[in-house]
Amino acid sequence: MTREKVLEVKDLKKHFSAGKDKVIKAVDGITFDIYKGETFGLVGESGSGKSTAGRTIIRLYDATSGEVKFNGEDVHGRKSRDQLRKFNRKMQMIFQDPHSSLNPRMTVLDIIAEGIDVHKLAKNDAERKKRVEELLEVVGLNKEHATRFPHEFSGGQRQRIGIARALAVEPEFIIADEPISALDVSIQAQVVNLLKRLQRDRGLTYLFIAHDLSMVKYISDRIGVMYMGHLVELADSDELYENPVHPYTKSLLSAIPLPDPRYERERVRIAYDPTAHDTSEEPEFREIRPNHWVRCTSKEFEQYKKELEKK
Amino acid sequence: MSKLLEVKDLKVSFDTYNGEVQAVRGVSFDLDKGETLAIVGESGSGKSVTSMALMKLLAGQGFIKEGQVLLEGVDLVKKSEKEMQKIRGKDISMVFQDPMTSLNPTMKIGNQIMEGLIKHQNMNRENAKKRAIELLNQVGIPQPEVRMNQYPHQFSGGMRQRVVIAIALACNPKVLIADEPTTALDVTIQAQILELMKEIQKEVDSAIIFITHDLGVVANVADKVAVMYAGKIIEMGTVDDIFYNPKHPYTWGLLGSMPTPDSTDEELYAIPGTPPNMLKPPVGDAFAPRNEFALEIDTVMEPPMFKVSDTHYAATWLLHPDAPNIEPPETVKQRMQGFANTGRKDGDK
Ligand SMILES: Nc1ncnc2c1ncn2[C@@H]1O[C@H](COP(=O)(O)OP(=O)(O)OP(=O)(O)O)[C@@H](O)[C@H]1O
Ligand SMILES: Nc1ncnc2c1ncn2[C@@H]1O[C@H](COP(=O)(O)OP(=O)(O)OP(=O)(O)O)[C@@H](O)[C@H]1O
Ligand SMILES: [Mg+2]
Ligand SMILES: [Mg+2]
Repeated sequence: MTREKVLEVKDLKKHFSAGKDKVIKAVDGITFDIYKGETFGLVGESGSGKSTAGRTIIRLYDATSGEVKFNGEDVHGRKSRDQLRKFNRKMQMIFQDPHSSLNPRMTVLDIIAEGIDVHKLAKNDAERKKRVEELLEVVGLNKEHATRFPHEFSGGQRQRIGIARALAVEPEFIIADEPISALDVSIQAQVVNLLKRLQRDRGLTYLFIAHDLSMVKYISDRIGVMYMGHLVELADSDELYENPVHPYTKSLLSAIPLPDPRYERERVRIAYDPTAHDTSEEPEFREIRPNHWVRCTSKEFEQYKKELEKK
Repeated sequence: MSKLLEVKDLKVSFDTYNGEVQAVRGVSFDLDKGETLAIVGESGSGKSVTSMALMKLLAGQGFIKEGQVLLEGVDLVKKSEKEMQKIRGKDISMVFQDPMTSLNPTMKIGNQIMEGLIKHQNMNRENAKKRAIELLNQVGIPQPEVRMNQYPHQFSGGMRQRVVIAIALACNPKVLIADEPTTALDVTIQAQILELMKEIQKEVDSAIIFITHDLGVVANVADKVAVMYAGKIIEMGTVDDIFYNPKHPYTWGLLGSMPTPDSTDEELYAIPGTPPNMLKPPVGDAFAPRNEFALEIDTVMEPPMFKVSDTHYAATWLLHPDAPNIEPPETVKQRMQGFANTGRKDGDK
């Protein structure tokens, strides 16, 4: 089965300078593809470069090196204004923080219509308004909300305004950076149901960055795990949960808190010791089982393989 | 007078051009030394406003309408702003929900941590610097010396949150209020921070008020849990009461909304409807319009707190002796047996 690739990321790096001689290698060579219609979950340590990866993919940051292809076209190459505009329309981002990503002085109507205006998607004011009202309905709000301002909404409603804004330009691909972290569980469920429904109805593709592993597993087809600027493991979500190979992934899975006080009192976490790795060579991303990748040295590769076989 | 903190019938409102928003409508709880209370509940239910009121840090047109906040028997509601400034950061400190609002974007991280140490602990700069580096280390920030000289925008979301936690812990407060302190963190660092908070709690016997949406975290940290809806506490109990014997239909909805580790493709359960308008709080039980188990009386009269046990109270007419016997939904009942066991495969030794 050959599936259509929407996004191809090859050895992408994004470094920041932190004072003289100091470099923060926020993203330090990540490689993965995202297929049409799938949800790719990105999890990992706080500060491991997930948001930076998302922001570099969508060109909010210039890459230090590496390649990002969207529908086969190089995203970071030189582009005309027109090409850029087309690209900006097809790829949209929902931001980590619903409180600060909406302009407090704009009405919901104008916030959502921003992209419609930029891309001239409406012929006149009436059509513009109609499109916004349709979008409000899609995300479970209503037309009366259009004239209000962001501070008049709860966190969950604001996040849905952000989603409506992203959808306004009919993107194919959405990068959602912790779209639900700030919401209560019931509203999280609403937003996740909404994202899934939109995916079904419109064939959308998602890059979903999050910390809540139960939710990530629920929503994602495949999951990548990041640690210190690298992807350390990538697999189908069930495979990743059932057969984690990299010690960081194991540690992450062992730390998921569950709403069960008795279990929490007795939980045993597996600590990750980053210094315990084999250092005889530079680790590489290797395929340990079909479609299951792990970053390791050749020695570790043999050892991980044996562990997997024993299972 | 053994309680460290007693909150009595706290009411908080905001004056807006549309009228009075009744954000908190009579909240009472108490807290002993060394105890952790988790506050959970719907977005907009008044969790943050309650905690801001305890610190007397209400934004804009917010005011305490009624009630008492007794810290070691002394009512903070009556304190002047000048007196509060000596109490904040020292006796009570707070980790705010949005770390960006509590960090100064134009000030180096290091100086922001040192500020409180110099002000409240009378440290000199050199000692404050040492302690600040130590704190950054404790909250798991690598290369703390380099990070001391950076500005907030150069930190990731979760790293900023850890800085705010470091600042709040710096002066070993008697009461620590933590509003969503770990939401932006990955689970391993979250676990590390929770352990750190527990450690410090043990050392200085502080009380913690922990506001979070993550019921897994609640199960991990809390001794007691308060569930809020529409500005009120609608269920209160020990952590075991709330997870294994929940009585309020809103609490059922909350527990039912979490995906289990093996949830598959079916839609997640979400509580239907929208939160009430706090400009005109509904008559009767505020949750009734969204409650599939609502009784007729719910639309007329607000339920009082019914006692379930010495530690457990809930405000629902379902607990009235004359109410029909209604069981929680099947999925919630399964979860009450122990969420961890629902369909967990291997991997948990
Ligand atoms: N604009 C910037 N300037 C300098 N350094 C930055 C900048 N943005 C991010 N960084 C650094 O890059 C690294 C990765 O940050 P990033 O925000 O991508 O992490 P993340 O994986 O999204 O973390 P979190 O889960 O906490 O949001 C961090 O060390 C951070 O301090
Ligand atoms: N400055 C303000 N002006 C007017 N209303 C406000 C203000 N701040 C909060 N409110 C209102 O007070 C109510 C309680 O808000 P609060 O921030 O305490 O909710 P919360 O329980 O912390 O929610 P979340 O889980 O989303 O953080 C909400 O209805 C909110 O709209
Ligand atoms: Mg991030
Ligand atoms: Mg809040």
